[in-house]
Amino acid sequence: MVLATLFQSGVKIEYYMLLATILFVIGVFGVLYRKNAIVLLMCIELMLNAVNLLLVAFSTYFGKADGQLFVFFIMVVAAAEATVGLSILVLIFRNTRSIDIRLFNKLKD
Amino acid sequence: MSLDIIVWILGGLTIGSALMVVLSHHPVRSVLFLVLTFFMITANYIMLNAQFVAIVNIIVYAGAIMVLFLFVLMLLNLSKENEPRSSLLLKFASVVAGGILLTVLVAAMRDASVATAVITPGQENIGMVENLGQLLFTKYVLPFEVSSVLFIAAMVGAVLLAKRDKQLID
Repeated sequence: MVLATLFQSGVKIEYYMLLATILFVIGVFGVLYRKNAIVLLMCIELMLNAVNLLLVAFSTYFGKADGQLFVFFIMVVAAAEATVGLSILVLIFRNTRSIDIRLFNKLKD
Repeated sequence: MSLDIIVWILGGLTIGSALMVVLSHHPVRSVLFLVLTFFMITANYIMLNAQFVAIVNIIVYAGAIMVLFLFVLMLLNLSKENEPRSSLLLKFASVVAGGILLTVLVAAMRDASVATAVITPGQENIGMVENLGQLLFTKYVLPFEVSSVLFIAAMVGAVLLAKRDKQLID
């Protein structure tokens, strides 16, 4: 059986552009809204996933696999970023006993 | 068409669970909603015929990165009382800023015109392991190797940061 792609059966690419944009904006909104540093890192993951979704959608739309490979590289960067970010957070928590992002302005003075 | 309805429901669930990540007060609940969001995005990938990316998304994101987040959260032992809250003015400002960003992006998107895709036979198979591996080890072999260097750097950095520095504590 030949699988038809989603776009051949009438779903528009604009739909996925809108979905990815909304997900990205939710990520940005979360970074501004929350003060918990771990939730901030999670919102960054959300933004990266919005970009991944758009890349995969366009990769399917144009029938080229390059977009899906870029998703892997973004995943690599996200994994590295999460590891280093979380270890920095644990270190800061050890010293300040808090993960409030507003306490992290100590580098200023 | 029924496929349309499935896609819309999936999109709605994705956005809803992503919103709950931001709006739920307990960080553990946020992590669990983020796992749900990743599963919804994986379902979107399957709808888009990207099977390998879908499986990798579950293994790497929902399986590895989110467990790492959950692990750190449990380790820090945060309660609802010491959850930092932002002021009402800041919350209002962030809602306005997010709304403005969404408006600008959607307005820019409305003017954009997307080239119509040329549908060729065999296009359904681009998400398979064979096709992706072929491309990864030929055209993108240099970025692939560079990403392994990035992983080594991240690993060394994480170990170095986690190590207790005796002089820093005193």
